[in-house]
Amino acid sequence: MSRDSPARRDPPWFAALLIAVTLLYMAAILLLPLITVFAEALRKGLDAYAQAFADPDAQAAIRLTLGVAAISVLLNTVFGLAAAWAIAKFEFWGKSAVMTLIDLPFSISPVISGLVFVLLYGINGWFGPWLDANNIQIIFTFTGIVLATTLVTLPFVARELIPLMQEQGADEEAAAATLGAGGWRTFFLVTIPNVKWALMYGVLLCTARAMGEFGAVAVVSGHIRGETATMPLYVEILYNEYSFSAAFAVASLLALFALVTLAVKTLLEMRFAEELSIQRWR
Amino acid sequence: MPLDISNIVKHFGRYPALKGVSLLAEDGEFLALLGPSGSGKTTLLRVIAGLDTPDSGAVRFRGEDLLAKPVRERRIGLVFQHYALFRHMTAAQNIAFGMRARKKGERPSSAQIKTRVEELLDLVQLSGLGRRYPAQLSGGQRQRVALARALAIEPKILLLDEPFGALDAKVRRELRRWLRDLHERTGLTTIFVTHDQEEALDLADRVALLKDGGLEQVGTPEELYHEPTSAFVFDFLGDSVAFDCTVNGNIAVIAGAPVPIVGGAYNDGGGVAHARPDQLDIALGEGPGVPVHVRNVILAGPDARLDCALDSGGAMDVRVPIEDAAKLAPRDRLRIVPRTVRVWNQ
Repeated sequence: MSRDSPARRDPPWFAALLIAVTLLYMAAILLLPLITVFAEALRKGLDAYAQAFADPDAQAAIRLTLGVAAISVLLNTVFGLAAAWAIAKFEFWGKSAVMTLIDLPFSISPVISGLVFVLLYGINGWFGPWLDANNIQIIFTFTGIVLATTLVTLPFVARELIPLMQEQGADEEAAAATLGAGGWRTFFLVTIPNVKWALMYGVLLCTARAMGEFGAVAVVSGHIRGETATMPLYVEILYNEYSFSAAFAVASLLALFALVTLAVKTLLEMRFAEELSIQRWR
Repeated sequence: MPLDISNIVKHFGRYPALKGVSLLAEDGEFLALLGPSGSGKTTLLRVIAGLDTPDSGAVRFRGEDLLAKPVRERRIGLVFQHYALFRHMTAAQNIAFGMRARKKGERPSSAQIKTRVEELLDLVQLSGLGRRYPAQLSGGQRQRVALARALAIEPKILLLDEPFGALDAKVRRELRRWLRDLHERTGLTTIFVTHDQEEALDLADRVALLKDGGLEQVGTPEELYHEPTSAFVFDFLGDSVAFDCTVNGNIAVIAGAPVPIVGGAYNDGGGVAHARPDQLDIALGEGPGVPVHVRNVILAGPDARLDCALDSGGAMDVRVPIEDAAKLAPRDRLRIVPRTVRVWNQ
């Protein structure tokens, strides 16, 4: 049936209403705040904006955020690939439990995600005394921040890959094996190319979330300026000190990272549109 | 014996997929594994290829133990039911995959691979389509790419899983001829799985009929069709009808009519007689034979098909020459007497 058949045509006012609601909602909830961030950041001019990043504490926060994100994303990418592969291609005891648990970080509050590490590795935590005796500190350090961020961003890559790999099944891998390819060759020449788009989305979303994580990191970081304050934490510190334009300047950079991530995704989609459509058969 | 499959047992959990299957294949033979779904035919194919490991049993090829080798060292070409082409690779790249995957010392040069790919594309009649992606090819073309890809590794044995399963009827028939042709040219020992008896009888040198994980009968298409060893084989290989009968020596008495028994395994007493719909005589009026009335007369075809309802309940197809059927009409009463039957009641 064609889209324009009279039986399926909605009244014009209905279409107008839906479109208006969509656009207004997006503008009020999404676009306006984003514009505000950049407007506030640039209110005192470009000089003040640049000044905000001259501060060594700001630079430390940026370095820390990028470093934490890089490690967390790497860990979760490796984990996501392994988990998706295991779930899609093997039958094992506890498989459904794994699939349910993978979503857990989405549903629990990030504060709890941070707190569990304090309860495990804090000075009064389960492993606290042993760690202290061996002179290892996790809470209030880079390691703690990485742990909390990794927990919060754990589902992103796995969630993108699992349904796709389940749908594709293991026939192509089996075919590669009968053709004489070993495990690694099959993985890099067959499995990865088949999931590369989902993998890329997962990695990009994971990166954006890892850079922006506040709640879990706030609990384990200790907010030490120049040392354990990531960009989101540093924005809060500045804001609480009434350095509004500096706070918004750092915030705008964080927002920019997110926008760049989105732009990269869109550009890649446009660049490889043909290839994408070719490979979505079956 | 080139391929010697002996006593393969395979369970999936508690479900027995193969219950001790033994089978021999001659050099260059075209062998069909035929059976209904769940009969274990695909599992047997996967065991030979190495994708499933049997619980017990042996598979030998020219005396060499195949089960001891991992899949990738077996050099057995397998064409999957849904082809399993690498979707992000062109047809040519798909075909080249097996050659590129070889160890450094054994790997042909890029130029050699290129030439070989062209030859194989030619062989499967896809010259000029090497740069297409699987999604840009028709079902029949994809199947031929999968075949070329399997042949590229110069396999010792070629396995085909439901090679025509995903194709429409016309393409199926064309490919059947073509595949038989290709087999004659390559001379490869080929085993294919199918649930379609017509396909198996038409194409294979020998047919192995499986049922519930066991081998029911192995033989040439003629042997299976004309000398079935069980009612299952008889029913599976063609249309069949069944009658209650009483066996007396070599005669089955069906509704008062004595009918010679030409096959089966039978004792005196009650049983079920099996016949083909085209081995039935029809008669008008009173007398011995199974009473029916005609529901429909279908004349479109080489012979006529009478759709009959039995007085005792149920329906039966009867095939008769067109000229015999032309004078019949729905609601006519008939008596059916098989010319010959087979009985298994032991």
